[in-house]
Amino acid sequence: MRTILVILKKEFLQIFRNRAMIPLIFFMPIFQLLILSNAATYEIKNIKFNVVDLDQSHFSRELISKFTASNYFTLNEVSFSVENSEESFKKYEARLIIYIPKDFEKDFRTNGKSEVQFLINAEDGSAAGIINNYATNIVRQYNSEIITKSSIVPEKTALINVEFMNWYNPELDYKTYMVPGILVALVTMIGSFLSGMNIVKEKEIGTIEQLNVTPIKKYQFIIGKLMPFWFIGIGELIFGLTLGFFVFNVPLLGSPFLILLLASVYMFVVLGIGLLISTVTHTQQQAMFIAWFFMVLFMLMGGIFTPVESMPDWAQTIAYFNPVAQFNRAMRMIMLKGSQLKDVLPALYFFVIFSVVIMTLAVWRYRKSE
Amino acid sequence: MNRFLNFVWKEFLHIVRDYRTLLILFGMPIAQVLLFGFAITNEIKDAKIAILDFAKDNNTQEISNKLLSSGYFLLYENLQSQNDIEPAFRKGIIKEVIIFEPDFGKNIERTGTANVQIVADASDPNFANMLIGYTSSIIMDYQAELSKGKTLPPMINPEIKMRFNPNLKSVFMFVPGLMSVILLLVSALMTSISITKEKELGTMEILLVSPLNPFQIIVGKVIPYLLLALVNSAAVLILSKYVFEVPTVGSLPLLIAECTLFLVTALSLGILISTVSNNQQTAMMISLGALMLPTIILSGYIFPVENMPLPLQLLSNTIPAKWFIRIVKGIMLKGVTFSYIWQETLILAGMTVFFITVSIKKFKIRLE
Amino acid sequence: MDDKYIITVKDLTKKFGSFIAVDKISFEVPAGEIFGFLGANGAGKTTAMRMLCGLSIPSSGTATVAGFDVYKQTEQIKKNIGYMSQKFSLYEDLTVKENIDFYGGVYGLSKEKRKEKTEFLIDLLKIEDAKNKLIKSLPLGWKQKLAFSIAIIHEPKIVFLDEPTGGVDPITRRQFWDMIYEAADRNVTVFVTTHYMDEAEYCSRISMMVDGRIAALDTPGNLKKQFGVETMHEVFVKLARPQSNE
Repeated sequence: MRTILVILKKEFLQIFRNRAMIPLIFFMPIFQLLILSNAATYEIKNIKFNVVDLDQSHFSRELISKFTASNYFTLNEVSFSVENSEESFKKYEARLIIYIPKDFEKDFRTNGKSEVQFLINAEDGSAAGIINNYATNIVRQYNSEIITKSSIVPEKTALINVEFMNWYNPELDYKTYMVPGILVALVTMIGSFLSGMNIVKEKEIGTIEQLNVTPIKKYQFIIGKLMPFWFIGIGELIFGLTLGFFVFNVPLLGSPFLILLLASVYMFVVLGIGLLISTVTHTQQQAMFIAWFFMVLFMLMGGIFTPVESMPDWAQTIAYFNPVAQFNRAMRMIMLKGSQLKDVLPALYFFVIFSVVIMTLAVWRYRKSE
Repeated sequence: MNRFLNFVWKEFLHIVRDYRTLLILFGMPIAQVLLFGFAITNEIKDAKIAILDFAKDNNTQEISNKLLSSGYFLLYENLQSQNDIEPAFRKGIIKEVIIFEPDFGKNIERTGTANVQIVADASDPNFANMLIGYTSSIIMDYQAELSKGKTLPPMINPEIKMRFNPNLKSVFMFVPGLMSVILLLVSALMTSISITKEKELGTMEILLVSPLNPFQIIVGKVIPYLLLALVNSAAVLILSKYVFEVPTVGSLPLLIAECTLFLVTALSLGILISTVSNNQQTAMMISLGALMLPTIILSGYIFPVENMPLPLQLLSNTIPAKWFIRIVKGIMLKGVTFSYIWQETLILAGMTVFFITVSIKKFKIRLE
Repeated sequence: MDDKYIITVKDLTKKFGSFIAVDKISFEVPAGEIFGFLGANGAGKTTAMRMLCGLSIPSSGTATVAGFDVYKQTEQIKKNIGYMSQKFSLYEDLTVKENIDFYGGVYGLSKEKRKEKTEFLIDLLKIEDAKNKLIKSLPLGWKQKLAFSIAIIHEPKIVFLDEPTGGVDPITRRQFWDMIYEAADRNVTVFVTTHYMDEAEYCSRISMMVDGRIAALDTPGNLKKQFGVETMHEVFVKLARPQSNE
């Protein structure tokens, strides 16, 4: 025990001595949480659109006014050629072109039917889908308005009323969703990068040799190396949660203690991965590269930014064994849905097993002699 | 010049000898593009839902069948009462519950109106939005089927044309983004660490007393990485064309030239990081800890920039990857010519000059 | 096994692939001796020493250090030895006091004992003014002396020194050897590698390594007599370049 405390003290001294690192460890993550939570949103507002109106009729102007009046759309430019208008797509000036052909109003009056064309810049497929939804909705509303005004009595048809409710986030506030995710990403990065560089740094400087001729036990060494980052990780998580709660008003429906319980085991998983990388590499550069590879992999496949449910089956299976995905999911469940211990128990078991396995591997791989 | 080439060769050997790093350097970006290209998507497929059917008649059965055969939804469980909904959501598996009112079918016959309720798990707002959109349009289709044969009121029909990506594939959006994120982080990380390493081990002093001038030393250290990163970009481009079928509509030489420019920007950012870091750990934390998330989130790689609050949109202008993504998407997907992207190109060039100038200033201060 | 010998080595060999770094060396070291290990760079001195410290597993042969086997009892060996490597072993970003405290703790000294040792060492090395300075700000000579003091902080039976005086000035080297003598007086066995031939004169006995083998082993006086020369330097030249003499 004493040996562990001695190593702990030394590690803390070294961490706090490096002036350049303190802001990077403590302020950078919090700063990122504050900024990036606001940026990470799929919500689409103020979609810029162009109009190519060849009809110039009362109808066409009224339809366009429906778009300008809505909160979702902002008029960018009016022209008389689709080709010219499409230049805006190339310059990122508009995402939608409304093309109203000649005889738009006439067709409607004579045939009871007329066409309007929406050209959507679909580079970003999901945004294009949403724009499509909004635009068609406006047309649908306009249709029913015309019917009401024109006093045509439609034949009786079946009508199914669809009522929808958005549970757990009725305002569809993206921050509610992203704060837990970004917090998971930050804690994971800090933990794995720092622990990944730690042992290999002593290898590079040469001090590891001096430690290897001392009677330090492997497990003492590993625990002593690891605990400081455990404390830092948990500390940042608590701070981040507090911030999310008070600044972003992210709900915390479940128990904060449950989060802490999960997080404390999860941190061992993250640190274990870092330590294992550290023991198998020879230079900090190698260690960082490997750590970076796994972290990008874990994070982007972990459902923080894009839903795991959208991934193909094989990727969902991988996600099942991805600690970042598990923790991310559990955090969102506890915070936003008030899930209880029994709901997140599989994740907890998974962390316990994973951390035991990875620690054993790290202790086993760390050789005091060659 | 000979001396300089010698030095570049030495740096190159350093990298090639360390076969582990080399393996990661080449294998990793390719593995990532493959993996993410397939896995990262916003499309909805087989979302797990639950159905709470109080009516259990022909109509509700038909609607359920339509939903479940659409490919978007997968029935996870049938619920029995309102009280089951909350616990079902808490388990974190189902994303949506569809509730049919009692006597659903009878109501359609008698009054012509029936009610269905969709409850979505909106903890992921985007996903909830899309689920509700898909569900209600399927129900609307069903409603239209029921009304078949009856004369319809006059109406305007919108016709939709999706430009540049007719099938709305996510991969069109993510491949260019992924490319810039990987290239930026790899280049900045590799250069900053390799230069700080020389500082930390004290070998920088030896180089500085050599007849090479500091500028040559830095350029010499960077050139091998530039070559490696170029090979990487080529690999990513080939993958996106042949594996993901993302076309390169525009000019390939232009694209390669822009990639080179972006790599130089990234490498000069790496140099700047190395001048402000006193050891590898600091360099690494800056190039990864501080760059990774902002690059992913603020560059428009995943989240559209124009939806961000104004201050963040302004901030995103400082992210080199943002400009590069615009360039790459322009050339690859829309086939634009240089006249459309000269501004972005100029901004990247400006950033490069800025990074290099500051680095040289800092470097000189340290020498004195 | 004879209790008189604190290190016994028999046919100890280390191979790296096809390269034989240490080739069947055998010797004994009695307690309290200053045993010098000499040889050119790459002669196998450091590899031999690393095997005795338990840092490197031998390919064949046997050896015991303080009565413990170098194959199976490396951890017991580590409790009984001190070690100072040619690579610098103190933490540059910690202060003098923090380094002493850390290594003392690693060897399991109690808090009081560590405090006592810290004061003792600061007094001994006359570095009262520098005790709260970072190691990286100290001159090399001070660092080396401090590293040695820390290597024997837990009062080991044997201390292994791997080229301890590399790069320091002659005066500091002299002071350093005074410290080694003091340790030997307290019956600490000193096992030292060096390529400074003048330092060889300070040792009780010398083993000369050439190409992984022990070419000669005796007291400095006897060696000089045997080769009929005046200085250890000449002994070394004769041994290391036998062909030029034939």
